[in-house]
Amino acid sequence: MYNTIQRFFKEGIRDSKGESIRYNAQQQLGINTGKVKTAQLFSVNYPLTEEQLQDFSEGCIKDKITDDALVNAYFTPAKYACAVAVAQLPGVTDDEGISAQMALADFFNLDLDVNTQHIFSQYIYFFENKLTEEQLKNVTKRILGNPLINHFSFAWVDEESEKIDLRYYVPEVKLTIDNTVEYIQLENLTDEELVHLSKTKVLALNLEEMQAVRNHYLDPEIREKRHELGLQMQPTDCELEVFAQTWSEHCKHKEFNAIIHFDDKSKGEKKTIRSIFKTYIKGTTDKVAESLKENGNDWLVKVFSDNAGVVKATHDKLFVWKVETHNSPSALDPYGGAITGILGNNRDPLGTGIGGAKLLFNTNVLCFGSPTYSKPLLTGQLHPRQIMDGVVAGIEAGGNKSGVPTVNGAIVFDDRYSGKPLVYCGTGGILPYDFKGKNSWEKPIDAGDHIIMAGGRVGKDGIHGATFSSIEIDEHSPMSAVQIGSPITQKKVYDFMVIAAQRGLIKTSTDNGAGGLSSSIGELATIPGGAIINLDKVPLKYAGLRPWEIFVSESQERMSLVIEEQNLEEIFELAKLMEVELSDIGVFTDSGFLDIRYDDEKVAYIQMHFLHEGVPQKIMYAEWDTVVLNEPELKAQTDFSETLLKLMGSLNICSREHIIRQYDHEVKGKTIVKPLMGPHGKAPQDAGVMRFGFDTYEGVAISNGILPRYGDIDAFEMSAGAFDEAVRQIISVGGRLPNTESGDGIFWSVNDNFCVPDSVFDEVGNPDGKQKLAKLVQICEALYDIATYFDIPLTSGKDSMKNDFKADGKKISVPPTILYSMTAKLDDVRKTITSEFKAEGDLIYQLGETYNELGASEFYQLLGHLGANVPKVRKEAAKALYLKVMEANKNGLIESSHDLSDGGLAVALAESAFGAQMGANIQLDSLPGELSNEALLFSESHSRFAITVRPENKVAFEAIFGERANLIGQVTGGNSLTISRNGQNLVQTKVEALQKAWSGGLSF
Amino acid sequence: MVKAIVLTGFGINCEEETAAAYRMAGAAADIVHFNDVLIKGHSIHNYDILHFPGGFSFGDDLSSGKVMANKIRYKKLPNGRTLLDEIKDFISNGHYVMGICNGFQMLVRLGLLPNTNLYYEQQATLAHNDSAKYEDRWVYCKVNNMSETPFLKDMDIFPVPVRHGEGKLVFGNDTMRQIVKTKALNCLSYCMADGSPASEYPFNPNGAELDCAGLCDPTGQVFGLMPHPEAFLSLYNHPNWGQLKRKNPSISEEGMGLKIFRNIVTHIAELKGIEV
Repeated sequence: MYNTIQRFFKEGIRDSKGESIRYNAQQQLGINTGKVKTAQLFSVNYPLTEEQLQDFSEGCIKDKITDDALVNAYFTPAKYACAVAVAQLPGVTDDEGISAQMALADFFNLDLDVNTQHIFSQYIYFFENKLTEEQLKNVTKRILGNPLINHFSFAWVDEESEKIDLRYYVPEVKLTIDNTVEYIQLENLTDEELVHLSKTKVLALNLEEMQAVRNHYLDPEIREKRHELGLQMQPTDCELEVFAQTWSEHCKHKEFNAIIHFDDKSKGEKKTIRSIFKTYIKGTTDKVAESLKENGNDWLVKVFSDNAGVVKATHDKLFVWKVETHNSPSALDPYGGAITGILGNNRDPLGTGIGGAKLLFNTNVLCFGSPTYSKPLLTGQLHPRQIMDGVVAGIEAGGNKSGVPTVNGAIVFDDRYSGKPLVYCGTGGILPYDFKGKNSWEKPIDAGDHIIMAGGRVGKDGIHGATFSSIEIDEHSPMSAVQIGSPITQKKVYDFMVIAAQRGLIKTSTDNGAGGLSSSIGELATIPGGAIINLDKVPLKYAGLRPWEIFVSESQERMSLVIEEQNLEEIFELAKLMEVELSDIGVFTDSGFLDIRYDDEKVAYIQMHFLHEGVPQKIMYAEWDTVVLNEPELKAQTDFSETLLKLMGSLNICSREHIIRQYDHEVKGKTIVKPLMGPHGKAPQDAGVMRFGFDTYEGVAISNGILPRYGDIDAFEMSAGAFDEAVRQIISVGGRLPNTESGDGIFWSVNDNFCVPDSVFDEVGNPDGKQKLAKLVQICEALYDIATYFDIPLTSGKDSMKNDFKADGKKISVPPTILYSMTAKLDDVRKTITSEFKAEGDLIYQLGETYNELGASEFYQLLGHLGANVPKVRKEAAKALYLKVMEANKNGLIESSHDLSDGGLAVALAESAFGAQMGANIQLDSLPGELSNEALLFSESHSRFAITVRPENKVAFEAIFGERANLIGQVTGGNSLTISRNGQNLVQTKVEALQKAWSGGLSF
Repeated sequence: MVKAIVLTGFGINCEEETAAAYRMAGAAADIVHFNDVLIKGHSIHNYDILHFPGGFSFGDDLSSGKVMANKIRYKKLPNGRTLLDEIKDFISNGHYVMGICNGFQMLVRLGLLPNTNLYYEQQATLAHNDSAKYEDRWVYCKVNNMSETPFLKDMDIFPVPVRHGEGKLVFGNDTMRQIVKTKALNCLSYCMADGSPASEYPFNPNGAELDCAGLCDPTGQVFGLMPHPEAFLSLYNHPNWGQLKRKNPSISEEGMGLKIFRNIVTHIAELKGIEV
């Protein structure tokens, strides 16, 4: 029996959380809940007297000013009609319960093991109105919790007693130790049986891979070895799971390494690509690296071979950069998916090289269905609004509580993301060149070094994350794939890692992410050539995990450290002080085998070479033919004021302020260009800018390029365009292209992130698989083409290949999506250029040429058209222009700069104007060509900027740009934006109205 | 040299910029883990200023700053006393204590602020923002000209960012509000750009009573605030630095938040008769 403490607000204290729930229920679900009152219940399973419990409640749980609390009694507010209690399911992270337990230990000065949970917390919500069961469940499921991680108890008021009798649930995990190891019979299975086995065990291995594993166990050499060791001739469950994790698409990138036969009917040519990764991605960096080297630029330090890319940033700092996706978990539990996404991605820079990088900033790019999505939801599909709210809350908690500022991001809305959202998390960090004389970016490991697990304990959460993300989501997706992160647990590990690395105690480290220990130790073991792991030494959250489950569990907030014998004592002592749990779970060897044991019994013994090299190369097929699209006939229009207002409020253009302000974008005090700037914080910026430290004005610009809709017309141009978008955003804030001067130290570090639908052709299940794969190839071709032209290297990246949601016989697939996340060195952040106008009277120029390219534009989207003329990147013209912008900035000639993207020139001008609380007078007559008004205003042609110049700098400025400087107007002190052509006003509207429309698009 | 101890650990995350602020102001600053003090007995008495930085100690569980405040109040140090006992001595020895954001939340829950009667009992609290969400935005603050705390000397109106979900200062009753006002312990308030009372969202970003952004104790030695002056050490932290610099090319590159740190470091240096 548990003791309970219930805490709730005193009469008259405002319950703002309750108010927010009431508002959201009405706004999102049309349910009038009446007043909502929140309370919290703590179930205490620790021997305390009634008096001690009272003291603990008074001293530690309730707030003296705002709260009341009841011990072993339940509070029911008068005149409330129903209630729900939301508890965690067994094994789900309950940070609040653990913290209450910490308070208990401090209060009574007890030495309480925090790893045995004695206090469980839950929330209680009381509703004034008598909701029907359906309404109450709907509010609960949509706004208060998620049945995958929460337990709900519902109750209605008893008319006589006027009490609401909730049955409180306590999620104690009741499991017994289970160290069973099974052998899995593969030898005599038919092909169908092999495939069936792979599916039922969520191995996500295909027939060829299953056959390869089976054949390996028939190899006489392997059989002899197993005979010697007394192992059976079949794989153990643990061995099979290790193959599944290591060979998963998530970890092995099989499709990016596949042989692709591409039949391009549009060009009448057939070709074979041997690994798009090696050909286009690594190929890009190899070529760029050569070009950099020729020019004496030596800042590329480590690419593709570690958890994050590493470049030289300053004379004493390295910059580490990684972007990851966390799509599948975010589809099932948006909050948990996003929080583990951001925390997991933080661990990548943290576990790069020796480890212990200081995290400088986060970014996030999110793709959702429309928040007002009205199609019926499929089984297991969450509403896009719920996904958006959950993901945003997860990023807020994950980023803010880790003390890492979120400085840049983007949100793209398209209903094809309503099944699987895309959640891209990026993290930049700083490493010194060395820790106690050892190169910080290297990963040395020798036989005899200890394997130390640091951080959170292992539970059943997240088992099969790696394999699960490598298949489509359907109604039968495993619940254990969902995890909730604990930012504070990770923060403690992070603080510890930084200090331990600085003291020279860590030899090497890596993070435990997808595939858990199986992946982290499996990969590290390739360095010395083997490892022995004792799974019985791995601390568990609760009993009941089988050895294989311990090895593949993806429980969060864990790092794997490599520690030399002589440093063990010191590092354990440091960890104890910083309250980070370390466990010595094995040693590295050079045996050539991964030797996994439980209580000295072998549960797996796998040849390293076969594990890492034995996966058969995939063969895939791509096919492309010309698609004929047409430009729409537009209605004649002369006044575009209304159109512009509508565009400002459209989903993909409107303000993200409501979301941005929930993220801390300035903790650490180094943020120079935040997402919103200007006198009232309303001016959206092209790129984020951070300085590296308080001792330097050197810094980094951060941008993201993503244009999925362009791919509906041309995937090649989508990819080239997204790349150009990210480049020009960095140029816009004052960045410089790389390799323009010998030894200039201007690093660029780019992560490519592919999120595509299943592109494996299947006549029944995926009939257009070949076309999807063709688009992927086209994306890569464009990437190679433009990146090598600009000498911009890719340093790390990610491919997520199965972004499909299947249920009820239907499939929702994302459009092939590529995100380029770019970072580039700035010599002096004080010289950065922001987007808002700076002063009345400044001259406004358009730089770069507009073409008749309204295809897939926001303007066409507003009118319900796709069009055909997608913007094309003209890389030679783009580079020539960027070099001129760089020259102008070197001479301090540009006052404000905004790149032209979604919504074209008109939208950019509106943002620069209202962001500055100023107006502008624009005449388009000077722009060359015979374009329509629509194209001049809204075309999204690439490589363009709207910039301002002081009148006194006109001559100097125009001398640099010559004919490419198009003077189009002037900043006014007034409050209107006027755009005219041939003496006729195309747009005339108050700046305030534009801002209001822009601010209103997502304000709820 | 003036010496500051900046405590960290358990989710506190503003220790670096805080230490940088003290150093820029001319002090020496040590970043010390809470457990070094609580378990290993590292003494706060070797310092002139004890600083509680911002962050999310224990993830704001139970309430912001509450679990940490419990530790300070109840956990026994190796010498058998609590850290709160040590802090009381520290203050009566004439030293200074500052808390920002999460640190301020701890000071209020510990009863170090406003501490009207110097009984060290909790007299106010920091409740959830009226908006029910965490927000990062810049606000203006005005110094109460009746306040004599050295932290805010020669300061009037200044911009500064707030970044919190639980920043609504609640005193609970009129008597307490009145005492705080009478003693001018509400030393810092949210205001409009011209210094007039903020009174409404988002100028008062959280719904704090009296528009109160910061408090000091009657000795003036203890000061805490919700906004983050340590996030405004450089002009280039300000969201409108572009226009500000254009309007006034000779504007100082120093952020206005640094003034608070300069004030206290200079004040202590003067008391000690040493140069900063």
